[in-house]
Amino acid sequence: MAVYQAILELADDHLVLGHRISEWCGHAPMLEEDLAMPNMALDLIGSARTLYDHAGKLEGKGQSEDDLAYLRGEREYRNCLLVERPNEDFAHTMLRSLYFAAFMRPFWLKTLEMGTDETVRGVAGKAEKEMAYHIRHAGEWVIRLGDGTEESAARMRDAVAALHIYTDELFESSPAAAEAEAGGVLPVRAEMRAAWDEVIGQVFAEALLEVPEVPYPQTGGRHGLHGEGLGHMLAEMQSVYRAHPGATW
Amino acid sequence: MTTTPLWEVFIRPRNGLSHKHVGSIHAADEVLALQAARDVYTRRGEGTSIWVVRSADIVASDPDQAAENFEPTADKIYRHPTFYDIPEDVGHM
Repeated sequence: MAVYQAILELADDHLVLGHRISEWCGHAPMLEEDLAMPNMALDLIGSARTLYDHAGKLEGKGQSEDDLAYLRGEREYRNCLLVERPNEDFAHTMLRSLYFAAFMRPFWLKTLEMGTDETVRGVAGKAEKEMAYHIRHAGEWVIRLGDGTEESAARMRDAVAALHIYTDELFESSPAAAEAEAGGVLPVRAEMRAAWDEVIGQVFAEALLEVPEVPYPQTGGRHGLHGEGLGHMLAEMQSVYRAHPGATW
Repeated sequence: MTTTPLWEVFIRPRNGLSHKHVGSIHAADEVLALQAARDVYTRRGEGTSIWVVRSADIVASDPDQAAENFEPTADKIYRHPTFYDIPEDVGHM
């Protein structure tokens, strides 16, 4: 049961971030990014689908990926707070993706090294490459905005100030995750710190950004304690499925 | 975005084939141009390699010179391999 919950947390991270990024579809600052961002969103949602399906089977109560994605309320979502943060502007959106991908890349690589669950390893094999690209894409934008015009640099600094406080939660393992880690299904989240620091340090140095000190990190997502925005996001995301349960297209 | 340069994108579909022009994208520099080309033109597994070239760096023939450039070849049909009879022993070429 703990492993089910741990896989669900991972799936929630991917679906929520994927949905957030998909909100840019049709609104991106240029056509090229209007395709690039849905690409990234679809990578994340693809991983979420496999993880939900797997979680449903581990739980063994017949919940499908759609049931898990569309029929759970805000308090039942266990994503970390970073991924639910609103898009705000392009600087926020790119930085959020960089923070997440810089964590997930070493996480999936480690999963491939030691993971005992074949389905999770399958996700890791695919997602590891996707996260490498997300780091590159988001990282290049963070560098260009940070080391860009006065306006872009100010927006990038605002994004760091707004989002960095949510990054410590990436390295925390919930009791369920800790059990999955002890069982060899998932790697220990805290062990990703060095790899994450290295990527963020390199990008920030080029982007002329400072890595801020965070005296009071924001956490709570793994306990279902979310920001105001998640409920609105889920309401929109789930409305069709809830209005037409079981609909297919 | 009027100052964002235009780039021409070339994709190699498989090893052994040459890069083929597929379209253009806007990007501020060569790194972002490659990423944009990847995101716009390889979404369905179209490629194994990408080239991007600044559109401004391409030298093109003048359409006004099309007649003098290309029409003189029209009556030189002996330049086409199909002009010659191929001995049966050669088989399919």
